[in-house]
Amino acid sequence: MSAKELKVKIEWCKGCGICVAFCPKNVLELANEKINIKDKDSCIKCGQCELRCPDYAIYLEVLDDGK
Amino acid sequence: MSSELISNNFRMDKLPHIWCPGCGHGIIMRSLAKAIDNLKLDKSKVCVVSGIGCSSRAPGYMDFNTLHTTHGRALAFATGIKLANPDLEVIVITGDGDCSAIGGNHLIHASRRNIGITTILFNNNIYGMTGGQYSPTTPNKSYGTTAPFGNIDKPFDICKLADAAGATYVARGTAYHANQLIKIIEKSIQNNGFSLVDAISVCPTYYGRKNKKGSSVDMLNEIKDMTIDIKTAEKLPLDKYKDKLLIGEFKNTEQPEYTAEYQKIINRFKKER
Ligand SMILES: Cc1ncc(C[n+]2csc(CCOP(=O)(O)OP(=O)(O)O)c2C)c(N)n1
Ligand code: SF4
Ligand code: SF4
Ligand code: SF4
Repeated sequence: MSAKELKVKIEWCKGCGICVAFCPKNVLELANEKINIKDKDSCIKCGQCELRCPDYAIYLEVLDDGK
Repeated sequence: MSSELISNNFRMDKLPHIWCPGCGHGIIMRSLAKAIDNLKLDKSKVCVVSGIGCSSRAPGYMDFNTLHTTHGRALAFATGIKLANPDLEVIVITGDGDCSAIGGNHLIHASRRNIGITTILFNNNIYGMTGGQYSPTTPNKSYGTTAPFGNIDKPFDICKLADAAGATYVARGTAYHANQLIKIIEKSIQNNGFSLVDAISVCPTYYGRKNKKGSSVDMLNEIKDMTIDIKTAEKLPLDKYKDKLLIGEFKNTEQPEYTAEYQKIINRFKKER
């Protein structure tokens, strides 16, 4: 499986808090009504945030695995 | 930057969409794009058609052949497209008002004909775009701007309606159960006939506020708590799930598809001429 990295597109975030609420590892928070990654190291890259973000502002980027 | 799914399937210059913060429609629109992506459909063969409503704005964002039509008439336009061009994968995006109030007649007849169209109903139990009037799926006793003392109507179960009218694929998914919804949409597209997916959405702005449902997160959690999968329910006595909303696949059958039957008539006419 290729490596993934958690990314945000802050301009698209509307601060609904859905990703924060359904992240199983408490990685995310809202800061000034926008998404903020507060604990990247705990992220298990499960994709629950990306699955339900209504504004496509958080996602796992698939890395090229160095090839 | 954005995810590959989004940049490959959406008109990036049209995003972010205009929907309110936490609107469930965004989750369902992504689920549809993901299903199309998973099926590796030829984009030039996909045509997404909608009526009018918040939900019906979706095709404006999606990078396929798209048509934004008039209120309630998406299925009428889609029927024309499918008959003229049976090779197209025609997908209708509609709201509960668009599909079952003003467009209810088209829904029952598209179902009855079993025409090869996939309908994804973004069902938020309210007219979102026009400010929260009750719709044919607003629950009894719920509030809307046109039901300030509670709705006295009883809601449609649109899955049962489409099933009874003749749709060959019928399922219900939700914005909360987005992974399941993606799978359901994939199967609904693969069905050769009329498919109806009742995709339960949330409208925090109107349905949520009018009914004191809290935030979008609260509303998604309520969906989690009030639903039960049909496969689980089937193993339980009725009184264990009679107050829950069933989700999952209700019907997946094969019947002659309308445009194929129509082609047979054309072929016969050509031979006999
Ligand atoms: C012929 C006609 N009648 C009424 C309207 C006003 N109108 C626009 S959208 C809408 C209802 C939208 O509700 P729904 O289809 O449930 O979609 P939602 O906005 O909730 O996603 C209505 C009544 C219209 N545009 N055209
Ligand atoms: S990928 Fe999973 S663990 Fe990581 S932030 Fe998203 S929801 Fe949380
Ligand atoms: S779900 Fe999306 S829009 Fe909502 S807070 Fe998270 S990143 Fe922002
Ligand atoms: S009014 Fe409701 S359905 Fe329309 S965009 Fe806002 S939350 Fe979504």
